[in-house]
Amino acid sequence: MTSVRKEKYGKINRDKVLGFTWDNKEYFGYEGDSLASALLANNIKIVGRSFKYHRPRGVMSCGVEESGALVTIGSGSKADPNVRATTQELYSGLIAKGQNAFPNVNYDFGGINNYLSRFFAAGFYYKTFMGLPPFEWGKGTGIWMIFEKIIRKAAGMGKASREPDPDNYEHANDFCDLLVVGSGPAGIAAAQEAVNKKLDVILIEQDSLLGGNNLSEAEFDASLLQNQLESSGIRVMSRTTAFGVYDNTVVGALERVTDHIPNPNSKLPRQRFWTIRAKHIILASGALERHVAFNNNDIPGVMTVNASRHYLNRYGILTGNNIVITTNNDSVYQTALELQEAGSKVTILDSRKNINLDLPKEIDVHLNTLPFSINGRKKIEGLDVCKATDKNNKNTIICDQVLISGGWSPIVNLVSHRGIKPIWNQENLCFVPGDIKENITVVGSAKGIWNKNDCVKSGLVGANEAMNTLGIHKKEISFPSVGGWLNPIDTLFEVKSNKFPSKSFVDFQHDVTAEDVRLAHREGFISVEHLKRYTTLGMANDQGKMGNIIGLSLMAEQLDKTIPEVGTTVFRPPYTPVPIGALTGRNVGKHFRPLRVTPMHQWNIDHGAKMIEVGLYQRPWYYPKKNETLSDSYIRETTIVRKTVGICDVTSLGKIAIQGPDATELVNRIYTNPFAKLPIGKARYGIMLRDDGMVMDDGTSWRLGENEYFMTTSTAAAAKVMSWLEELLQTRWTDLKVNVTSVSEQWAGTSIAGPKSRDVLNECVLDSNEISNQNLPFMGVLQTKLKDGTPCRVVRISFSGELAYEMYIESDYAHGMMDILWESAKKYDGCLYGLEALGALRVEKGHVTAAELDGRVTIDDAGLGKMASTKKSYIGSAMRKRGVLNADDREMLVGFFPINEKETFNAGTIVCEKNNIQGQGIGRITSVTHSPELGHWIGIGYVNGGLDSWKDVTLVGADPVRNKQMEIKVVSPHMIDPEGKRMYA
Amino acid sequence: MNGALVPIQNCTVDMIRIKCPYCGERDHSEFTYGGDASIKYPALDASESEWTKAIFFRENIRGMQKETWHHTNGCRLWLEVERSTITHEIKSVKACHPQIEKITKHK
Repeated sequence: MTSVRKEKYGKINRDKVLGFTWDNKEYFGYEGDSLASALLANNIKIVGRSFKYHRPRGVMSCGVEESGALVTIGSGSKADPNVRATTQELYSGLIAKGQNAFPNVNYDFGGINNYLSRFFAAGFYYKTFMGLPPFEWGKGTGIWMIFEKIIRKAAGMGKASREPDPDNYEHANDFCDLLVVGSGPAGIAAAQEAVNKKLDVILIEQDSLLGGNNLSEAEFDASLLQNQLESSGIRVMSRTTAFGVYDNTVVGALERVTDHIPNPNSKLPRQRFWTIRAKHIILASGALERHVAFNNNDIPGVMTVNASRHYLNRYGILTGNNIVITTNNDSVYQTALELQEAGSKVTILDSRKNINLDLPKEIDVHLNTLPFSINGRKKIEGLDVCKATDKNNKNTIICDQVLISGGWSPIVNLVSHRGIKPIWNQENLCFVPGDIKENITVVGSAKGIWNKNDCVKSGLVGANEAMNTLGIHKKEISFPSVGGWLNPIDTLFEVKSNKFPSKSFVDFQHDVTAEDVRLAHREGFISVEHLKRYTTLGMANDQGKMGNIIGLSLMAEQLDKTIPEVGTTVFRPPYTPVPIGALTGRNVGKHFRPLRVTPMHQWNIDHGAKMIEVGLYQRPWYYPKKNETLSDSYIRETTIVRKTVGICDVTSLGKIAIQGPDATELVNRIYTNPFAKLPIGKARYGIMLRDDGMVMDDGTSWRLGENEYFMTTSTAAAAKVMSWLEELLQTRWTDLKVNVTSVSEQWAGTSIAGPKSRDVLNECVLDSNEISNQNLPFMGVLQTKLKDGTPCRVVRISFSGELAYEMYIESDYAHGMMDILWESAKKYDGCLYGLEALGALRVEKGHVTAAELDGRVTIDDAGLGKMASTKKSYIGSAMRKRGVLNADDREMLVGFFPINEKETFNAGTIVCEKNNIQGQGIGRITSVTHSPELGHWIGIGYVNGGLDSWKDVTLVGADPVRNKQMEIKVVSPHMIDPEGKRMYA
Repeated sequence: MNGALVPIQNCTVDMIRIKCPYCGERDHSEFTYGGDASIKYPALDASESEWTKAIFFRENIRGMQKETWHHTNGCRLWLEVERSTITHEIKSVKACHPQIEKITKHK
């Protein structure tokens, strides 16, 4: 093949020369070139190596179906593998490389695979998995594991970069009355008709130029068309691929924003992921020309006939000197004429015996003739041909290019996304879209209409259908009929040669040959879905756009069935590859999920806090002094809290304002314990159950007034509890006069815990005698003022087991509150403490959190059964004792000590009996800590039957993840001050 | 640790649009699916068997079903939505609370 640029042909801008690099060498092309056309213009024949056999491949098409010219664009973190050179626009400075080849695509050591191909037939992987006979027969895959790496390296396509993707992507949404996919003759007609009738129309085109198949015509002017369409009010989106059609006439589309620009503005996204909601969709997605399977039908220089016409009239490239066109249909004759006029010698082989066409006299047309085998290895040297009726007598035609047309396949992919099975049309040898019950109309060659005028008509009919569904008018117009060639197409999918082994490719990208399909049949993989998975037919980058129908026809032949009886695999989105980055959009890095900080976040950091993520929240973890480790730090903090006083940010707790005449009734119905008689100015710790009787959450509710409560929830369940209260009030208890408002963001909370906490608080409030045991008893609530006059709420409540308070203040005043509290606490040798010390303090006391209340436990399991009222009904009361939930051997909350006090354990440890260490054991440790007060590690968790069943029994804590076992004993979960003397002090 | 799993923002194509009677038509990603809206929950003091029926027994409907959705990232209304389980077509949307329904009906 010798391809050359022809003067006066094409729609490229010859005034603008673009330099680019191919395999480290510099070349030139023009503005308007694709990478493939620029390579052809430079007469570069080999642009890729095939998947398995490393056979040289050239440019085989001019669109998304490309199977030969798969290349890597860019380098480093910007490297983008498996890009179809046919759809990549050329830009100045573009760097492209061949792939799956060493040292390069011209001379590839992997090419040896071609000669070993009989070992790499379909099912090669699966057979190798069975073990290497005779050594491993039936035993599995020891040797495979060794060779796997080598094989994986040898097979494949381009390599993705391992660096993070440096590009930005974004998500966008749009709406319209009518969405037209495809800007060929049918799509344009539909869009123009609809916009004339005042519809809001979006037209999507995957190419950079509008026109579809019009672009293969010499006189067609794409920019004129674009101007006309845009000035008529159509919203044109070029470089945008509709990759999927979804429920409710929603289309997913990918817009390539900067893939064609040399140094794009870094603020622009590389690609945009569109969700477009249309009221009606017209699919004018066109059709793809198929090839035919015959020996060596993949040698560089093979191309579809229509592609060659595109290269001539769009890019001004004559793809061959001496061209043989093989066909079974009428669509090639115009192309042949144009190629001849442009200066090539053209020979046509038509498989049909006689045809009724005005054949051009200057062109050799051989009827009843088939291509048999291509001669040559890296380039075409000739074509062996034979008569359709006599395959034994072969002639060789010297040529440098073979153009193939095996018929056309309408692009039914997008319709198939809606679950609509395509229907086989025997007359035109293609699948056409099935019956559509949604607001989707298929027009043009996507419907199997070949004739251009008929395509335009079908576009108008499509627009009319859209107007019918949108209620603009009611008119019945019928579609032009499917087909449109003068002579019927001939059934030709493969030219078989029985005498010598042939490589007749069905699916170029994955090196699936006609013989592979027959092998699959012999080995029993006859369902199309099995055929696909066994041979990988249709599984590559192009998803079987060219080869699928040939594969189906070969299987049908083997089974002696028709193609519709064999069926087809289901096309699924995306139509062409969509980068993961585009799916992710902006949700990467810091934007992966929202970050929540408390109002005293900066204050905490300024005072030395190391932070930890808890759900979305950043919370203080520990406050290390010089050189302190986490463990040094939390042990010090815990000790100080028990000795003097500590201050901890607890803002992340959920906070809900409950107001209204029925506030008490609501609170009393959702908590297990009685709230009906809670006096104003008192708080109560409460447990909420789910409908099914399991524990949902714990928290406190403070009665601030006759009709007003302030509820706190756990950090983890804050959103869930809020939604739950809203659900109850809006769907079940609609008669209750009560309103709930999330005030989590409005209030900053801090805990002041330790024997000196009362002294600290008295120094901080306006009236320094206000916080007394009488005035603020255990579970008392006080609305008061800080000494600077800021109103605040104080509750006497203890998570640590010490004399302790929580203070809440409006979020904007959080820093001021912390300053005042800390100033005072310092005088008592107090400390700031973080989540780790908070955890240690509560584990010592056996207080539960989300780690224990994990949705699988009942209130009795958690050791809180006394809090379940028997005098009232509440959510979950009917269900909490049902069936197995009432069993005696259910797990119960307990404490754990190591037998050897020097040993440590981890949360997640499985508790087992000594002689039965297996399975789920008899319990689990949910939270652990070092206890400074007890001087060794402690844990809480669950064990079947509780403390009573295992008192004084030595058990084993098994930690299979860390490969650790240790002896442990079960103790009461209340390990420090079980009577609560300190708390009530 | 009070670590809660955080749902990652939906990054697929959003197909369902719900006409919230207060906020207008929005993507379903703003809402949280609730459950079967046809369930009549028994009184709190009802028997275990009545509650069992209400909580655990569900029709697996092929076609239009009534379900609740919470406009979590919007007005926080609980909505009763009639949706086809086959096509996702939404036939009607109204506020669950009868009085809110009256107010928002003609909005």
